[in-house]
Amino acid sequence: MFKIVEGPIEDVALEDNVRTDADGAIIVFRGVARRFSRGRDVVHLEYEAYPEMAEKVMAQIGDEMKARWPISGVAIVHRTGVLEIGQASVAIAVAAPHRGEAFEAAQYAIDRLKEIVPIWKKEVWSDGSQWIGWEHEKSDH
Amino acid sequence: MCVRVRLFASYREAAGTNCLETPLPQGATVSDLIDQLALSLPALKKAPGMVAVNHTYVQPDFELHDGDEAALIPPVSGGS
Repeated sequence: MFKIVEGPIEDVALEDNVRTDADGAIIVFRGVARRFSRGRDVVHLEYEAYPEMAEKVMAQIGDEMKARWPISGVAIVHRTGVLEIGQASVAIAVAAPHRGEAFEAAQYAIDRLKEIVPIWKKEVWSDGSQWIGWEHEKSDH
Repeated sequence: MCVRVRLFASYREAAGTNCLETPLPQGATVSDLIDQLALSLPALKKAPGMVAVNHTYVQPDFELHDGDEAALIPPVSGGS
């Protein structure tokens, strides 16, 4: 499952989508909107996507993961629109027979997503707003 | 020929629209398209991102064809 959605993703049942009977580990990563960013107080976030292309590139990342690690399933869901603090913007689930490859593949998925999937984040502060590009993110983490 | 251009995030706001139809001479490349759009959209020159044609990232020398969908991709920042 590789999807861009407009509504909440907290309740999307990703585990059921990726698990097989051969799996001993399921990693679910959720990225959530945080209040503090680069010393500013964030009121909310806005995400915009190029949905048709984003879903294709997320599927490509899934293929890359399966080529590198012996995982059995991967699902990536990203939300667009306005997000309040604490709400999930992205969810990634990886199922594998063993936990090592599941952790590594999940880390790769979120790093790669931020690198090539056409989705943009705008931070809205009480006194302004800005689209955040990867060059800002790199210096921040 | 005519190319459909999709704009996102900072480019969309700078242009005031999320979609343009741009006439180009036959044989025009992505680089030619950017040069033409930058005349009315200086942000394109200041913060060059990537360009996708028909949902695939391409290089500046990629040759465009009539009916192609080009997307101007500011540096991406999905996740959180």
